[in-house]
Amino acid sequence: MPTTYEPIATTTLGSAAASVSFTSISGSYTDLVLITSAKLTSGSDDAIVRVNSDSAGNYSQTILSGTGSSAVSARGSNATKMFLDSYGWVDSTNFNVSIAHFMNYSNTTTYKTMLARGNNASSGVDAIVNLWRSTSAITSIQVLANSSTFTSGSTFTLYGIKAA
Amino acid sequence: MATTYEAIATVTVGSGGAANIEFTSIPATYTDLLLMHSTRQNAGNAPSLLIKFNSSTSNFSSRYLIGSGSTASSGTSPANYAGNSDGSSNTASTFANGSIYIPNYAGSNYKSYSVDDVQENNATEAYATLIAGLWSNTAAITSITLYNASNSFVQYSTATLYGIKNS
Repeated sequence: MPTTYEPIATTTLGSAAASVSFTSISGSYTDLVLITSAKLTSGSDDAIVRVNSDSAGNYSQTILSGTGSSAVSARGSNATKMFLDSYGWVDSTNFNVSIAHFMNYSNTTTYKTMLARGNNASSGVDAIVNLWRSTSAITSIQVLANSSTFTSGSTFTLYGIKAA
Repeated sequence: MATTYEAIATVTVGSGGAANIEFTSIPATYTDLLLMHSTRQNAGNAPSLLIKFNSSTSNFSSRYLIGSGSTASSGTSPANYAGNSDGSSNTASTFANGSIYIPNYAGSNYKSYSVDDVQENNATEAYATLIAGLWSNTAAITSITLYNASNSFVQYSTATLYGIKNS
């Protein structure tokens, strides 16, 4: 039985950092899964993702969130980033989990979709579909606190999944 | 390459039903846990599925987003809500399915977890639910219990606990 779910790399911050990067991602998997358990040094903010160092307006997303009192939805077009969360934002109180799936990330024919689930029991829960309008294979992923800093102890793990 | 994704245990409910689905003595040797479940209860319409960590129902908080087939809404209670099962009022032989992802379950921080859950029913109403959960306790999670104090799980309800290693 081949191994179908493999850890590619993991980072546990030993000190505060504004971002975490996974580089030189092999194209040998079918899909990628990014698990974050993150906390900020202060305040609250969205955790965002950029791939292949692209900070141009090549992203878009549809966000579906529960705030604890209402269900809401939002859209972003020609955006400069993907979102791991919205109302389920990262904060300085707890290490909150987000889960992101990058499908068919290494093909060079289609634009790339990333599905994210953001969670914060104090602020909300999110399901987000992100699109990167590029046919390039994803070879690097950067996770950033939108305008803040991840605290020590935050963990970021990238897994590769093989279809066969 | 070490095996990253391992089945720790599976519970399948027998013919007499069961009040709980429980995993005990969970080793601390993994990074994260993933609980996949398929459940049906002996009463009700889409009865709630509740969760305990280390036999505790205290210090839970959550926010959920739920779609019923006609509306979407969000709420916070019950605090240890983990989705919905199918119940006796729902389409026969139909079981609800869900996943619960718990990172860093053996660490000393409070435990954040992510729930995706679907309950199906051949009628106008059925539920799909997303939940952001937090157990505000620094203890390592060594047991997980699914339950509904008013009901029991029927035969063929099943759950598997997976351990995930990040290296």
